[in-house]
Amino acid sequence: MTRPLLIRGGRVVDPSRGFDEPADVLLVDGRVEAVGGGLGTPDGAETLDASGCVVCPGFVDVHVHLREPGEEHKESIATGALAALAGGFTTICAMPNTDPPIDDPAAVGFVLAAGLRAGRARVHPVGAVSVGLAGERLAPVGEMVEAGAVAITDDGRPVWDAGLMRRALEYARSFGVPVASHCEVPELSRGGSMNEGVVSTRLGLIGIPNAAEDVMIARDLFLAELTGGRLHVQHVTTRRGTELIRAARERGVAVTAEGTPHHFSLTDEAVEGYRTHAKVNPPLRSEADRAAVAAAVADGTLDCIATDHAPHHYDEKEQAFDDAPFGLIGLETALGVSMTYLVEKGLFGLSDLIHRMSTGPARAFGLDAGTLAPGAAGDATVIDPSAKWTVDARRFRSRSRNTPFDGWSLTGRVVATVLGGAVAFRAEEA
Amino acid sequence: MTQPPTFLGKDLIGLEHLEAEQILAILDTAETFKEISERPIKKVPVLRGKTIVNLFFEPSTRTRISFEFAEKRLSADTVNVAETGSSVTKGETLVDTARNLEAMRIDMVVIRHSASGAARFLADRIPSNVINAGDGRHEHPTQGLLDLLTIRDHRGAIEGLRVCIVGDVLHSRVARSNIWGLLKLGAEVAVCGPGTLMPAAVETLGVRFFRRIEDAIAWADVLNVLRLQLERMHAGYVPSLREYNRFFGVSTERLAAAPRDVLVLHPGPLTRGVEIDSDVADGPCSVILDQVTNGVAVRMAVLYLLAGGRPETAEAAKGGG
Repeated sequence: MTRPLLIRGGRVVDPSRGFDEPADVLLVDGRVEAVGGGLGTPDGAETLDASGCVVCPGFVDVHVHLREPGEEHKESIATGALAALAGGFTTICAMPNTDPPIDDPAAVGFVLAAGLRAGRARVHPVGAVSVGLAGERLAPVGEMVEAGAVAITDDGRPVWDAGLMRRALEYARSFGVPVASHCEVPELSRGGSMNEGVVSTRLGLIGIPNAAEDVMIARDLFLAELTGGRLHVQHVTTRRGTELIRAARERGVAVTAEGTPHHFSLTDEAVEGYRTHAKVNPPLRSEADRAAVAAAVADGTLDCIATDHAPHHYDEKEQAFDDAPFGLIGLETALGVSMTYLVEKGLFGLSDLIHRMSTGPARAFGLDAGTLAPGAAGDATVIDPSAKWTVDARRFRSRSRNTPFDGWSLTGRVVATVLGGAVAFRAEEA
Repeated sequence: MTQPPTFLGKDLIGLEHLEAEQILAILDTAETFKEISERPIKKVPVLRGKTIVNLFFEPSTRTRISFEFAEKRLSADTVNVAETGSSVTKGETLVDTARNLEAMRIDMVVIRHSASGAARFLADRIPSNVINAGDGRHEHPTQGLLDLLTIRDHRGAIEGLRVCIVGDVLHSRVARSNIWGLLKLGAEVAVCGPGTLMPAAVETLGVRFFRRIEDAIAWADVLNVLRLQLERMHAGYVPSLREYNRFFGVSTERLAAAPRDVLVLHPGPLTRGVEIDSDVADGPCSVILDQVTNGVAVRMAVLYLLAGGRPETAEAAKGGG
């Protein structure tokens, strides 16, 4: 039994209930006991001073790569879950493209157990759509969900076979989980290492056109409409992609979708100089696409901010651009980048940002998270929305350093992360 | 120890970031050095004591030999390294190779690599001067320079000329170096070929785009014809080499329809009967072998300038005949 915790004197923002006012938050036995003004301190309670800060539901990231099992030199479930806490995330969903992949109930159980053993951010396994991520036979979705999987995806690659995608969407309905889709037409992206456009032409790199993503988003939306299944579109990067999703939702398709901090803050200009830390799939796009993704996060078309945290070892990124792997890490910069590029630029308010980082993703994946309603899990994040700080990748908790934001000045910082009613992370004094 | 900055900077990675004056100075220096190759004893002590590594990760005959002649005629000590098909990936080899070269205290590296950006990657990690001898689909600056020199030799100046680059621009480092060099020296530049072989938004580089060879020939003073590799047909960029020749090949008949004499360049190696017909390659419009001769002079000029030489003292540096 942990001691009760009183988070005192902050501005509580809970988008799940439209709550935004100065209040205290009392957490007892790992759950939210009460939220309100002037709550008394129970006997033996610990207090966390949140004056001048914002207290909100712990952040939820429905898209992280923890690399365990198989690639522990990049990240482990324990180091990734610690990086999550440092970034204010109390719940993360681990993608199944590990080695071996998470495509059966035993593998799901392994991820779940490793997460519990680490005792850091809550780690929810995501199972594969297809056996071995091979895109051929449907994985045992029911058994994986029974073992603890919260969604299915072949992320890292698309479900190329439209028939398999149709079956996945239909079958997953019995188990109440969404199918998360990495939308890419491989015949259009093959050989590509960055966005197709002016910069790829100048650098002599093979480009990946927007159409490679748009065509697959359109296909999956039609299949979701056909099946009534729940589709979650991962890392949307194009203006057309946001338009397709907006239109589908308006006609009632059950679709949720992500925007990543790197896609709404950076363009393909970041690749200039062959910077491998800006090599990511789907690629950083044009300024028009960047602005469209930011606008779609702001208007809720993209109802989740997800990091697609993709750690790679230094040696792997220290290569010629074509040879380096895709991916960058984002758990420890997500809040700062989002505050700086969305809230400070006036696209929306803090409450909407917190929604996209907690309530939105929790609802998309049906998780017991993203709310400070009494009785909910006692997961909260305390942030200083006006703190200026400089990203220093050497201080990351992640095992990897592959960020394009190293040295950047950002606004908005995590002060403390509370997990299951106890302080699990506290920022060092700057 | 970083080398002191030279007239060209530390490295020659591409023509995109050179000034017009720098390009002209290289051409003038090359003009001065041409005469060395005409002597009975083709050797001057300009780079005596300098060590140069020719690091070729991709097979190359003419570029490697051209560099080697240029180095030897300037009295440098050279080593050739050819790294092909080892079990380590190219990138891993590149990092380790860079560190090993650094440890051996060499002065210059000439690098050819299949990855765009590989020359820049190496240049950023070692203090030696790095010369890009072709990186992926990015740039091949000495080829661009020798093309400029050849055009200037035959037309007197680059400024105001209309130059069209014909063929597989998408995969061509020669095309990019030509485009930057020609634009900087005031030429009008166009590209011509099927849309499948053009990079995205190619006009944003500042060039016109002709989809039909007849239109390009009607417009141009100079054609620089790129090699069409057999792989492009296999990868589906063009239906067949025969069809490519029929619709995009440079032939005597097509040149005969031109309103003016057209100068024809080709970076080699030729695929006769595909992108260029033999009677054009061997005919009066062709300056293809002049390009090869100029290649040695241009590379001597680049080596000399990166070693710290000044354009205005090139004449004195090479000594009398």
